[in-house]
Amino acid sequence: MNQNLTALIPELALLGAAVIGLLAGCWLPRRRQWYVAVLAAAACVTGLAATAVTMATGGEQTVFSHTFAVDTATDAGRLIGLGSLLLVIAMSVETVRGHKRETEFWVLLLMTGAGTLALIGANDLLTLFAAYLLASIPAYALAAFAKDATGTEAALKYYLMGALLGTALLAGTALLYAAGHATLYRRLLATLPAAPYGLVAVGLVAVLAGPLFKAGAVPAHFWVPDVTQGAPAPVAAYVTTLPKIGGLIAGYRLLHQALADTGVNWPLLLAILAAVTMTLGNLAAFFQKSVTRLLAYSTISQVGYLLMALAVATRSDLAQKSLLFYLAAYAATNLGAFAVVTELPHAQTLEDYRGLATRRPGLTAVLVVCLLGFVGTPPTGVFLGKLEIFSAAVDGGATWLAALAVANTVASLFYYLRWLVPLFSTTEAAPGEAHAVLGTWAAATAYTAAALSLVLGLAGGAVLPFGAGDLAP
Amino acid sequence: MLSVVTFLPLLVCAVLLTSRTLGARAYVWVWIAAAAADLALVIALWAGFDTGGGMQYEQRLRWIPSAGVGYHVGVDGLSLPLLAMTCLLFLAVAVYSLRETRRARSYVCLFLFLQTVSMGLFVALDLILFFVFFDLSIVGMFFVIAGWGHGERARAAAQQFFLYTFLGSLALLLGFIGLYLAATPHTFDIVDLARTDPLAGRGAYAGLVLLAIGVGLAVKTPTVPFHTWLPPAHTDAPAAGSAILAGVLLKMGTYGFVRIAMPLLPGSWRHYALVIVIVGAVSVLYGSLVALAQTDFKRMIAYTSVNHMGYIVLAVGAAGTLAGSDAQARSLAVTGAVTQMVSHGLITGALFLLTGVLYDRGRTYAIDAYSGLAAHTPRFAAATAVAAFASLGIPGFSGFIAEFQIFTGSLASRPVTTAIAVTGILITAALFLRALRTMFLGHPRLPQTTPAGGITDLSRSEAIPTVTLLAVALIIGIAPRWLLDVIEPAGRALTGLVAR
Repeated sequence: MNQNLTALIPELALLGAAVIGLLAGCWLPRRRQWYVAVLAAAACVTGLAATAVTMATGGEQTVFSHTFAVDTATDAGRLIGLGSLLLVIAMSVETVRGHKRETEFWVLLLMTGAGTLALIGANDLLTLFAAYLLASIPAYALAAFAKDATGTEAALKYYLMGALLGTALLAGTALLYAAGHATLYRRLLATLPAAPYGLVAVGLVAVLAGPLFKAGAVPAHFWVPDVTQGAPAPVAAYVTTLPKIGGLIAGYRLLHQALADTGVNWPLLLAILAAVTMTLGNLAAFFQKSVTRLLAYSTISQVGYLLMALAVATRSDLAQKSLLFYLAAYAATNLGAFAVVTELPHAQTLEDYRGLATRRPGLTAVLVVCLLGFVGTPPTGVFLGKLEIFSAAVDGGATWLAALAVANTVASLFYYLRWLVPLFSTTEAAPGEAHAVLGTWAAATAYTAAALSLVLGLAGGAVLPFGAGDLAP
Repeated sequence: MLSVVTFLPLLVCAVLLTSRTLGARAYVWVWIAAAAADLALVIALWAGFDTGGGMQYEQRLRWIPSAGVGYHVGVDGLSLPLLAMTCLLFLAVAVYSLRETRRARSYVCLFLFLQTVSMGLFVALDLILFFVFFDLSIVGMFFVIAGWGHGERARAAAQQFFLYTFLGSLALLLGFIGLYLAATPHTFDIVDLARTDPLAGRGAYAGLVLLAIGVGLAVKTPTVPFHTWLPPAHTDAPAAGSAILAGVLLKMGTYGFVRIAMPLLPGSWRHYALVIVIVGAVSVLYGSLVALAQTDFKRMIAYTSVNHMGYIVLAVGAAGTLAGSDAQARSLAVTGAVTQMVSHGLITGALFLLTGVLYDRGRTYAIDAYSGLAAHTPRFAAATAVAAFASLGIPGFSGFIAEFQIFTGSLASRPVTTAIAVTGILITAALFLRALRTMFLGHPRLPQTTPAGGITDLSRSEAIPTVTLLAVALIIGIAPRWLLDVIEPAGRALTGLVAR
């Protein structure tokens, strides 16, 4: 049995930093608690470096009886996840600085980040469940971090949905175990084709509930708007970005590695889920007045596009690299938009953004890049992601889904423009206090994320190949 | 070299963005200098262009190889005239914009950005590169209309414009993906795709790809029934924006037909040529009839654009009809179509700049509000009259050359539709003459909205660009050989590709 702990450096770095940070936080005076933030950032950088070494040396493997895979998807997922976590840490600095529970914030962030990374590599149903819990439980606490009414309500809703769908995941695991006599993906791949159809179908749907909850896809999306609006802005940025990376890669791995050869028509199921998710997210976003709610529904619709790659997971060679690239582009774009929201804590409705272009040209530029990026305007990263994912869908025989995604893209333009147009309004600008800024860290994060989003589009040629490569069995 | 020409405006834009101290006029002067330099470069390109040499000044770099996307640019006889027209029109608009004082820096930067995007589109030889510029042109024009148009209405028009043309561009993207997946190895390169013709014999699939690409380009062109975004966008945009929108951006659609749809999908193009011809003829007639019904001068000109673009669609459709025509007639139709693109850019660009003058003086576009303007503003009246006559296609101007070739080339293969479309010229003549009579002749009368102090004639910064554009249209009309020598070989090559 391969018990190579060095393969898990990124996950262990985050967990180690969490433990050390928790202990250190007990002793540090309140104005020195930012040491923990530095520790958290250092853990992310360590993880990134370790991933880079793995990729450079070809250290792909499966560890602990093949329950955890370190392969192309894991490497890409770690890079995206850790990079996103760094951005989230940077944009949180001003929000939690000097807070009496500052250490707890960083520790919870590290724990749930570690859970996300575990989801990415989970190659076994029970590992998947453990990772699900590790990723979810600290996130519930983070949602209620502000201890106000909206935050508490959001956390409660988040927790109840998470507990329900986590149970479904566990029940599905039991069913698949009954059908395939294993929880390991590589064993299930061999045994499930001969298993009773109904058992596999029900088990699959139940297991999928977990990744879909993490991704915020329909029908497990009800928590997304409430948590995004109720939680502090950096936490909202977190829950709309990292869990999606974990959930979608976990779902992709599950479908591709365990269920590829079963008779269950899961490509159609995923295609329908994708179609419903993108359409519902878009329709619900249409007339939102609050920017965080608008972003929440926009992330739901983005998950719809991402699910297209899962629907053609085994039918197109483009599926995997398109999924991974789109995730990277989406993460950068989404974090950029949320960094602007964090930077402007008093601007909460679309009206509050009127005339921002003259007062804050830099932040306006970030918003233009990010919102047009969401739409998929070239040359942003999401454009290239969409191009790849649409190609994958057409290649995989789901042309109708690609056409629907195109129609949805046009519809989404409507609400992104509802935010963009007021920015340049020259009459009746919002009162000055609405445009008061928080500080340099959040602004720097916004610029970095927007730049990343653009670079991913322009230099996609250098990034795309990282997503190609076989998954470890 | 081509990349320098293309990205020079963007470079100037980046430099301007870092400066803070210049006055409004200084920004426009920088813009004029940049546009003039770019035009000089394009003239140099033209001087070194070998008319029979096919694709030239090619540059090919790896960009996103794993997605089949490359940076590939080049010009041939189809794109070089459009490139030159684009440069000239942007220079004209730059000179015209000397009066613009509202947020000059962003204004100039936006137009510099638009210039790079427009030129990039005409030199792009990769579908995704083409799409990138196609989409960015929408973004740039959206901000021009929303930021410098006529009030709140302009923002609504900008939004409609964006939504509508973006829908078109996404249909186009689906079509491109269809082409990409059909080719082995998968590629977006236009030259490679044209050589291999990957969709030959792929019946319904090829038809669907043509439908997606055709709809995308038809929205941008625009042809009936996809033209409804155009009148509000034109009417509510600032004059400079309208001139670029009509002069350059509409050509992106028609250029797409000759650059992408025809050579890459020859089989389907021939198969559905009749549909395209009919759409063209309907656009000609419908556009001119609706223009006839307008009371708003700018809106009227906007609808004549639908009419003029219809001629182009008619010609490219006829070029796909092999039965009843020889290769010479088909290539004549294509040559006419490209000439019409250039001609329409020059003439309609001038017309829209002139409507800007009208609005500036009288604060309204309503034709009925003015009367006897010729008495107050002889130079303005003369320029508008010349532009109107040029637009309706009287001999001596580029429009006549273009339309003559289009009709001669199309008549052999599609006699009935062509004959019907010719009547469009008559209607255009009627509507322009009516507008000229109402506004410039008769008893002098000014609208209520005219500011105190009356109406002044064309100033120098208004006269120079419009007269220059019309002068070039006149030169093409009288001595077209230098232009046709460039277009004809490319037109022949294109009809050869369609007929294979």
